[in-house]
Amino acid sequence: MPDMFAFAEARGGELRKVAFETVAAARRAADATGGGQVHALVLGAPGLAARAEALGRFGADAVTVVEHPGLERYAPEAFAATAAERIKAGSYRAAVFSASAEGRDLAPRVAARLGLALASDVTAFELRGDAVLAEHPAYTGKVIVTLRLVGAPAILSLRPGAFPATEQPRAARIESAAPAADPGAGRVVVTELAQQAAATLDLGEAPVIVSGGRGLRAAEHFKLVEDLAAAFGNAAVGATRAVTDDGWRPATDQIGQTGRVVSPELYVAVGISGAIQHLAGMRTAKTIVAINKDKDAPIFKVADYGIVGDLFEIVPRLTDEVRKARSS
Amino acid sequence: MKIAVCIKRVPDMELRFAIAGDRKSLEQSGLKYDMSDFDGYALEVALQLVEKQGAGEVVLVSLGPDGVQETLRKGLAMGAARAVQLKADQVPVDGLAIARALAAELGAGGYDLILFGRMATDTASGAVGPMVAELLDLPCVTSISHLDLEGQGGTARRDLEGAAETVRFPLPAVLSIDEGIARPRLATLKGIMAAKKKPLEVRPAALGEVRLTIESLALPAERSGPKFVGEGPDAVPELVQRLRTEAKVL
Repeated sequence: MPDMFAFAEARGGELRKVAFETVAAARRAADATGGGQVHALVLGAPGLAARAEALGRFGADAVTVVEHPGLERYAPEAFAATAAERIKAGSYRAAVFSASAEGRDLAPRVAARLGLALASDVTAFELRGDAVLAEHPAYTGKVIVTLRLVGAPAILSLRPGAFPATEQPRAARIESAAPAADPGAGRVVVTELAQQAAATLDLGEAPVIVSGGRGLRAAEHFKLVEDLAAAFGNAAVGATRAVTDDGWRPATDQIGQTGRVVSPELYVAVGISGAIQHLAGMRTAKTIVAINKDKDAPIFKVADYGIVGDLFEIVPRLTDEVRKARSS
Repeated sequence: MKIAVCIKRVPDMELRFAIAGDRKSLEQSGLKYDMSDFDGYALEVALQLVEKQGAGEVVLVSLGPDGVQETLRKGLAMGAARAVQLKADQVPVDGLAIARALAAELGAGGYDLILFGRMATDTASGAVGPMVAELLDLPCVTSISHLDLEGQGGTARRDLEGAAETVRFPLPAVLSIDEGIARPRLATLKGIMAAKKKPLEVRPAALGEVRLTIESLALPAERSGPKFVGEGPDAVPELVQRLRTEAKVL
């Protein structure tokens, strides 16, 4: 019965959605092969222990909480030392991180410290024999690579949104531990964490994303996209690279190979033609809706639903209908 | 200031990919290769830093078969002083094996900075930079969208999901560079001519044990094509109906 390790990410004293995703994915992998233990690790400032129990809901049998004032923000060296120490202390088949900005920084450090194989940005995995097989969309999502990792534990970073945070409740044992390296002695120090307004849903966490492209013709027309997102109530606003390059939207809104890679339940592409670089960031969305005036635009090749026509007529109507549908 | 820039040669992503008969590699015919996009940004950052300081050199390192020499020459044409090819029959998918070979080359080089692109555009892992840093026990900041160096250290900005971090680090350090930080320059004709005479050393890559291999490649399942395409605003009610009943997302 293979045991699994899951790194649970926190920010600002709260567990992030990706923390539940990694724990739930570890739980499913353990259960699929006989049901081993899932051990989660969470690091942060004092007070985090009160949040740790929630990880039991998603299938953690034990949660190690490392609280220290110096861990309030990400401290790469103390985080890596602590994660590596905890992973080494168990006998895990695999250790899963999120392929979030933090996880993509942390997982390679841990893998290098322990001399273990790492598969990044994984969208599916299974424990098979002594190996772990992991799927990873490469070549801007145009080729799915299945990787074989040998040596235990295999280190994986999981694409945010690709693994559902399903509840599989356990009464998690909460243990506290000290950091394996002095957080105050790190050479790399995060001196400031500037959060965006709390009211805006993050692209990686929103179940619905409404994105706009050049077809909107001007920055002020993004209001149409924002209104549609507001009508859904659970939507974040994204943009194409052309739009962020032109400064219509901040660079952090960019979805695509060079921006954010997202897998929401629903992706609504407004005035987006579907350049390869953009498709690489959203083609794993579960349902894709395209609204574009050009019926031959590549976006319609990946769309599940589409409307061809003038977005300035279609989007306000869609906003109304979505609002009605949600209030009925 | 002495800066190493690690670059990767990758296929042109605009092309169609086909899987070769072994199911583990890409059909090579028709593929065109170039420097990975993010590495161009890293190289530009390095060139600007050396220009600003008025002293130092930029050294390029690339691991792979002889084809990488073309990519290294391109970087030399942009302004790097010299280049090293760590020769391997192919680039392994095991990032740690690559990192070992790079660390063996870079460790004794006396570099103030070792730069990487945020990720290679083909494998999109972004793991090799922080792995090299760990193997060399150097401070590391990844995915940098803004960089200021001052004295024996620097500050960098990293964009996270819905937030941004300001990070302080000492030199020497390993940094990975996000796009947009500095637009890569085009090589001039003079640069291209000069590049032909710049030193390009070839050494075997010390990859060590490989623990990550390709099991198989596949093309993604084609999306079955749209279930419904309507025309104009009158198609909206049917779309919403289908989002409710078929896709169950409303």
